[in-house]
Amino acid sequence: MKKLLGIFGLFVFIFVVTALINRQFVSAYNLQNLVSWTSLFGIISIGAAFVIITGGIDLSIGSVVGLVGSMMAWLLTQKGWSVPGTLVAVLSVSLLIGLAHGLLITKMGLQPFVVTLCGLLLYRGMARYITDDQSQGFGSAYEGLRQIAIGKWQVNQHFALPVSVFFLAGVAVVAAVFLNRTIWGRYLFALGRNETATRYSGISTDRMKILAYVICSLLAGVGGILFSLNLNSIQPSGLGEFYELYAIAAAVLGGCSLRGGEGTILGVIIGTAVMRVLYNAINILGIPTHLEFAIIGTVILAGVIADELVKRYATRRRAARALRDAAG
Amino acid sequence: MRESDPAVSGATVADALLEVRGLCKRFPGVRALHNVNLTLGRGEVLAVIGENGAGKSTLMKILAGVQEPDSGEILVDGAPVRIDSVRAAEQAGIALIHQELNLADNLDVASNVFLGREPRRFGFVDRHRLYERANPFLAQVGLDCSPRTLVSTLSLGRQQLVEIARALSTNARVLIMDEPTSSLSQHETGRLYRVVKDLRSRGVSVVYISHRLGEVKELADRVVVLRDGENAGELRREEIHHEAMVKLMVGRALGRHARSSFATGDALLAVRGLRTPAYPRSPLDFSMRAGEIVGVAGLVGAGRTELLRVLFGIDRAVGGEVRLRGKLLDLRSPQDAIRAGMALVPEDRKQQGVILEMAVSENIALPSLHRDASAGFRNRRRENEIAVEMSRRLNVKTPNLRQFVQFLSGGNQQKVALAKWLALDPRVLLLDEPTRGIDVGAKQEIYRLMEELAGRGVAILFVSSEMEEVLRMSDRALVMHEGRITGELQRAELSEEAVMRLATGHAK
Repeated sequence: MKKLLGIFGLFVFIFVVTALINRQFVSAYNLQNLVSWTSLFGIISIGAAFVIITGGIDLSIGSVVGLVGSMMAWLLTQKGWSVPGTLVAVLSVSLLIGLAHGLLITKMGLQPFVVTLCGLLLYRGMARYITDDQSQGFGSAYEGLRQIAIGKWQVNQHFALPVSVFFLAGVAVVAAVFLNRTIWGRYLFALGRNETATRYSGISTDRMKILAYVICSLLAGVGGILFSLNLNSIQPSGLGEFYELYAIAAAVLGGCSLRGGEGTILGVIIGTAVMRVLYNAINILGIPTHLEFAIIGTVILAGVIADELVKRYATRRRAARALRDAAG
Repeated sequence: MRESDPAVSGATVADALLEVRGLCKRFPGVRALHNVNLTLGRGEVLAVIGENGAGKSTLMKILAGVQEPDSGEILVDGAPVRIDSVRAAEQAGIALIHQELNLADNLDVASNVFLGREPRRFGFVDRHRLYERANPFLAQVGLDCSPRTLVSTLSLGRQQLVEIARALSTNARVLIMDEPTSSLSQHETGRLYRVVKDLRSRGVSVVYISHRLGEVKELADRVVVLRDGENAGELRREEIHHEAMVKLMVGRALGRHARSSFATGDALLAVRGLRTPAYPRSPLDFSMRAGEIVGVAGLVGAGRTELLRVLFGIDRAVGGEVRLRGKLLDLRSPQDAIRAGMALVPEDRKQQGVILEMAVSENIALPSLHRDASAGFRNRRRENEIAVEMSRRLNVKTPNLRQFVQFLSGGNQQKVALAKWLALDPRVLLLDEPTRGIDVGAKQEIYRLMEELAGRGVAILFVSSEMEEVLRMSDRALVMHEGRITGELQRAELSEEAVMRLATGHAK
């Protein structure tokens, strides 16, 4: 809990400071934007968290977003597929990608880094090939479908809540329940902490790892659908570029250790919010865009260092308490 | 306390090359060496023998500078030296030939001999002098190959000679050899004997550690025996016999703990012709009845852990069959073994037995989570109940069950590693070194639990390197040596000597 307070504090800090400097920051339009982007990025970050909790990594998230987004727009507009058919197709592709990752990593013993790095390159290539590297878009068609990404729910006369927040909420609740209340969630955490001991306790660690990669790619696919509907103009070569880094950064900021075995969904969402708010603040405050990456990188590093220091302090206190309890 | 004689120096102290006085070394929870004395004369071959955990390894590591003693003195040529690094040991003239050879196999022989001490010219390695200087040392060990030969192309026996040559090139006067023949063929072993005898004749002393008492008899001028980290006795050349060595290694028979067997019924677990991947040419045959406690004794490398791993499905057997209650088992993973009713408490509790960074209650509940879950949802009430009940049964001392296992003492960690299986009610319990490194109180509790489980009909197979434990708990003992079961001893036949005989390779 203390960890989350820290990252939440960071979020509040950036929010308040930016709001004070530039009132535009808290305008309804900007806040809606913030909520919308946080929701979309939040979904793929949750996917990343599952894989990170098992001690692995997925570098292909951005390319899956790109492939799914491009494919969906292409199937609908160029190939005239039905909406349900298209959705099934693209989600199946995401699922198969996740399955492939999982199998290569568990049955062939390949490193997650290498497998998903190859995926990053491969899926981007596939996206560009399928669409002939042409920009895709919905134009003014598919208004109804696009609503799921850009629709808003008028809360009051000043503010309209983007519908995508409900997607995030849905995914978050299911993910949190899965991780915290089911046996599989417990297995994922256990295997992230110590795969051998978990396997020797009779758990099929291979199956659990495959599940984590499937969930990650599936959520990347969902993200791809939503990003695509949101943007309307999709470049197969660019959609989703770097998104895996944002997703991993959000998960790490939110408390997922890259060593595995740790993480909370709430933390991931706050981590995503911090990244988005920071990005937004840089734009609104007029900080030159070439400093963008530098600032984000610095903030993430600072966040992770602070996290490590807090953890050491907490371990020392816990050990001291354990010693006291044992003696007393 | 111990009836054996205190150490008697073979060489007179005055002209001893190396002398160790009162060496002590402690590790957390265990006393590795206590007041150990040793003298080594010039041109002498001294064998150091003892059971697993007797302290031989620790003593050698201290002499070689890999570890530092807590107290005690080391004297070379009568003058005290401080060996606080491998370099310091080298300067004192002590070199260690590791059991697992320490060579850079992508380099040639001469480069290995002079690794780190290459002759240089203007900052570059002087290859000409390198090969020139290597030759005399190679000749000394009888290595007939060119110094430019790539080490990776040499046989293990020859590689070992390269290591000895390297030791000699540091002007070592004491060579410590740790189980040197464990990977050598008959022929290479013979060659090593000649090299050792030759070194001796040239005034180089050798400290020879081996489990193969036949070799010790062949080579040693004197034998020093360690037991439980202390000197247990010494034998001069004419006194070196198998029985005498074994007797000193195990000590006098201690009071036998009375135990009645709970064994009942026909064979519960039957193993026929089982071959482990590590020892594919040694088929294993044995069986166990319900309620029987069977100990598996043997020296390090005997293949005991490998046996348990195959039984539990961690490694796949290369051949043979395992039957539980007559039914043939297909053991491809721990899941298969668990489903058949087996449980394993592994040797390495920190890496394999428990998950350190997870709560006690979570560790204990882990294997049985699936059984109490509904639609995948964890039954938190049952989880807590199981954790409370099992930790009570085993008397796990922890202020609260949410404590991470890493903060528990070794004994309590081991209890957690055991407790997690109780909720599954296993029929066969496999224990690998169940009381290694834990305090006396926890040991007793684990013995008590073993008896309780046996009383309930659980068949227990436990691997142990502690003679006392094997003698105390076993209804029957299987003794292994280099992958084979050399013999089976009924409780009435159990004695330290009998076990040691079988453990060192003698057939029954």
